[in-house]
Amino acid sequence: MISAHLPALQVVVPLIAAPLCVILRRGTWTWALALLVSWASLAISVVLLGQVLDDGPLSYAFGGWEPPWGIEYRVDVLNAYVLLIVSVVGAVVLPFARRSVLEEIPESQHSLFYASFLLCLTGLLGVTITGDAFNLFVFLEISSLSSYVLISLGRDRRALHAAFQYLILGTIGATFIVIGIGMLYMATGTLNMADLAARLPFVDESRTVLVSFAFITVGATLKLALFPLHFWLPNAYAYAPSAVTAFLAATATKVGVYILLRFFFTVYSFDFPLKAITLQGMLMPLSVIAVLVASTVAIFERNVKRMLAYSSVAQIGYMILGLSFMSVTGVTAGILHIFNHALMKGGMFLALGCIVLRLGSVELDQLRGVGRRMPLTMFAFVLGGFGLIGIPLTSGFVSKWYLILGAVEGDHWLIAVAMLFSSLLALIYVWRVVEVAYLQAPPEGAKAEEAPLSMLIPTWVLIGANVYFGIETSLSVGVAQTAAELLLDVGLGTSP
Amino acid sequence: MKRHLVLRVIAKLLIPPILLFALYVQFHGDFGPGGGFQAGVIFGAGFILYALIYGVENAQRVAPPDLVRVLVSLGVLIFAGVGVWDLVLGGNYLDYNVMAEDPVTGQHIGIILVELGVGITVAAVMMTIFFAFAGRER
Repeated sequence: MISAHLPALQVVVPLIAAPLCVILRRGTWTWALALLVSWASLAISVVLLGQVLDDGPLSYAFGGWEPPWGIEYRVDVLNAYVLLIVSVVGAVVLPFARRSVLEEIPESQHSLFYASFLLCLTGLLGVTITGDAFNLFVFLEISSLSSYVLISLGRDRRALHAAFQYLILGTIGATFIVIGIGMLYMATGTLNMADLAARLPFVDESRTVLVSFAFITVGATLKLALFPLHFWLPNAYAYAPSAVTAFLAATATKVGVYILLRFFFTVYSFDFPLKAITLQGMLMPLSVIAVLVASTVAIFERNVKRMLAYSSVAQIGYMILGLSFMSVTGVTAGILHIFNHALMKGGMFLALGCIVLRLGSVELDQLRGVGRRMPLTMFAFVLGGFGLIGIPLTSGFVSKWYLILGAVEGDHWLIAVAMLFSSLLALIYVWRVVEVAYLQAPPEGAKAEEAPLSMLIPTWVLIGANVYFGIETSLSVGVAQTAAELLLDVGLGTSP
Repeated sequence: MKRHLVLRVIAKLLIPPILLFALYVQFHGDFGPGGGFQAGVIFGAGFILYALIYGVENAQRVAPPDLVRVLVSLGVLIFAGVGVWDLVLGGNYLDYNVMAEDPVTGQHIGIILVELGVGITVAAVMMTIFFAFAGRER
């Protein structure tokens, strides 16, 4: 009986736990509750993915109101995959968060921290699972508002400014999305995504629909920080508490990419000129620029957290590039990179969290000799860095392989060359850290102290998965491919 | 505000009707315009008026911050809890039909409980925001 209600429970369980955290007040208890709930969410998303792979899409009618009248939760391979990514990262970051949060956030705010964390998890899972366009906006706001709070809890006073900057830009992005959804409702009279997809082809000449497409594209690209709308991201990631950076870097922008995928290929499933122009004429060049420019900026960054943040902007470029090819291989590469990048960037930010715990900061100058003082942490960071570069036997290689395959398939030779060049840029910025950490002597009197196990294990779980999925790709690639085929079959109709 | 006798007397006169009107909007929301959000805002505004005239300390003696904090969460829990209760009764999440023998009665019970949750949270959040800003210089 309970298995039929799993789509609702996926969102409801963390939603109920968040106010319970506020009532419990005691830091340790709220952490234990949050941990339990995040593991329960993980279990639910694993079961959901299994169900979807076996039996096809699931539909859940909220309040017993049948879709398209009521709110529908619709789970297909694509969002089951993204749900899994979000809940895995949540379940791995929370054990890590205990020590990190004790160190970085005042005791009195711990329960509020975990409540916001759970609300953010709720929002991200909700955006992903819902089959209702307006419901998507509501959950997007839940996740955004709670992530502003989480970022502002950072130790550095600049965290407040970063959170405020993100609040302004994030609100503009969400407003654009809701304007777009409003126009869709105006043109079709429905908010259910499947219903929208069925009705839109008959009103495709309408200017309202074209404008809604533009609004949603811009809103979603702001949320996922595509160049040149990425200005909120580096500061937000750099000054947020370590656990928050790892969680948001691995989930929030990924869910943004999911929104774009969902709207481009499910809601606006029919072909119209503006869509091809947007994808190939606008998003493709912008994502190539994102990859090249952000990687270059990362090379000159002195703060390693900011460096990784710029690298995230570049990696988001890869994902958008994949979907701008509009081919099964390209979209597979994009979806696959959502998964792989969540693992490696999450793992790397966790490793930085360990370093912050011991050294207090991640300025490049202070990392001298840290490879000898914290060998396990630093080695995890380096393995994650290999993933960013795309060295074989890491998951980064697999996604780059598919991306280049997609570029070659679509005769975008120049882009394939640019991808290879960007790996070189990634090599440079990762090497800068490696050089300082391993080849320079630690400062006088520095103690060699490895991070506690409660932080090392989560870091290594993500980094280990990064290596595992670099070798054993049947799950990650298989599901991404099924999802891409599903999207494009509904979508482009005649695609290969 | 000690010397503003008119304000103090008028506020004392107005606050009970404001709170009563909030309850009317809350419980009549089932049949007419209104509902939990509006009622919560009006109820919260009653407290805020009291705090403006008689001071934040006095208002916080009636509504201690710890209690308000619990109320903020309680409202959400009532809303979400109704959904869970529907699951236990064998319906879908927030399917009020199963809350009574007769589906129409079930819908009434469900919506009143859910709106009550909304009202409590909104009123408590209004107060929390006001107290947070009003208590800043201290």
